[in-house]
Amino acid sequence: MPEGPPTPPSRVADNAWARIRRDLTRPSRSQLLVAVVLLLFGFALTMQLSGGRDERYTNLRQDELVAMLDDVQAQARRLEGEINQLEGTRARLESGAESSAVARREALRRLDALELLGGTVPAQGPGIRVTITDPQGNLSPEILLNTVEELRDAGAEVMELDDRVRLVANSWFASVDGGLQADGVPLGDTIVLEAIGDPETLSEATRFRGGLVATIEGDRVGGTARVEKVDDLVIDAVVDPDEPRFARPA
Amino acid sequence: MYAIIGLAIGIGLGILLQPSLPPQLQPYLPIAIVAALDAVFGGFRAYLDAVFDDKVFVVSFISNVLIAALIVWVGDLIGVGSQLSTAVVVVLGIRIFTNVAHIRRKLFHA
Repeated sequence: MPEGPPTPPSRVADNAWARIRRDLTRPSRSQLLVAVVLLLFGFALTMQLSGGRDERYTNLRQDELVAMLDDVQAQARRLEGEINQLEGTRARLESGAESSAVARREALRRLDALELLGGTVPAQGPGIRVTITDPQGNLSPEILLNTVEELRDAGAEVMELDDRVRLVANSWFASVDGGLQADGVPLGDTIVLEAIGDPETLSEATRFRGGLVATIEGDRVGGTARVEKVDDLVIDAVVDPDEPRFARPA
Repeated sequence: MYAIIGLAIGIGLGILLQPSLPPQLQPYLPIAIVAALDAVFGGFRAYLDAVFDDKVFVVSFISNVLIAALIVWVGDLIGVGSQLSTAVVVVLGIRIFTNVAHIRRKLFHA
């Protein structure tokens, strides 16, 4: 290390710029050695600058690297625990969603069946249409009730009178002032009863001995009953269910 | 003039060749560069004082680099490598500041 001696004469300082200018324009041979040394220096400098950029950990010492590795491993363990926890949560949520979907399907299926049974929605399907004419006015509520019961026995699922009265569990027939009424609706001389069910079975149920057709066409009533099978019967009449006053679901 | 050309050629070579140092020497290069920087500024100061000598400069340059690397290497062996390299950088940094202050006074009289 060349240590300058205590600054001697101020003359040196005065012509420092002049010396630099002279040495830059007319370099001496002794500068060659300095040039070689500076070449090595520049080479090392660029080596460090280019090498140090992509290798972040090369200058770290062993214990620092070990600490860093510990950190990373602890973090990995923590994240793995988190993954397990989240996977468990996901499985729980998936099974919960599945069971509630099953319950929902089941409830919808029962709702459909109960709506048809309660007569709160229109229905369609194969069935029969029975046209009863009673010119002498001999038809009694009992005969109609028997007819309905016979058809129910034969598997009628939805029934309708005259396109207006849906026959459900609490439907009633009565004789009022010499005329027939069903659920409060007066019936005329010609009654059309439609029932959805298996057409073969239903039409057989009207024709057996002592059954609907025989009763109506017999001497007591003296009317006519015509039974036709329909492939696609549409029943539009619905009932508006009353709110039960006493009964509650148990 | 030659000195500046030499420095430029060295930097150019380094950029062109993209040399990579063997990993064992990697930790010592930064210290060696700081030592070389100290030698270069010391040389410039001596030049301004008109006491510059090429032989002294070359020898001081090489010995500075080697001693700095040696100190860090020994420090690594006995487990205080990072502390010792910090110490070397501090000492050389102080010398560089002193030299630069001297050069500044010579050139700008301030």
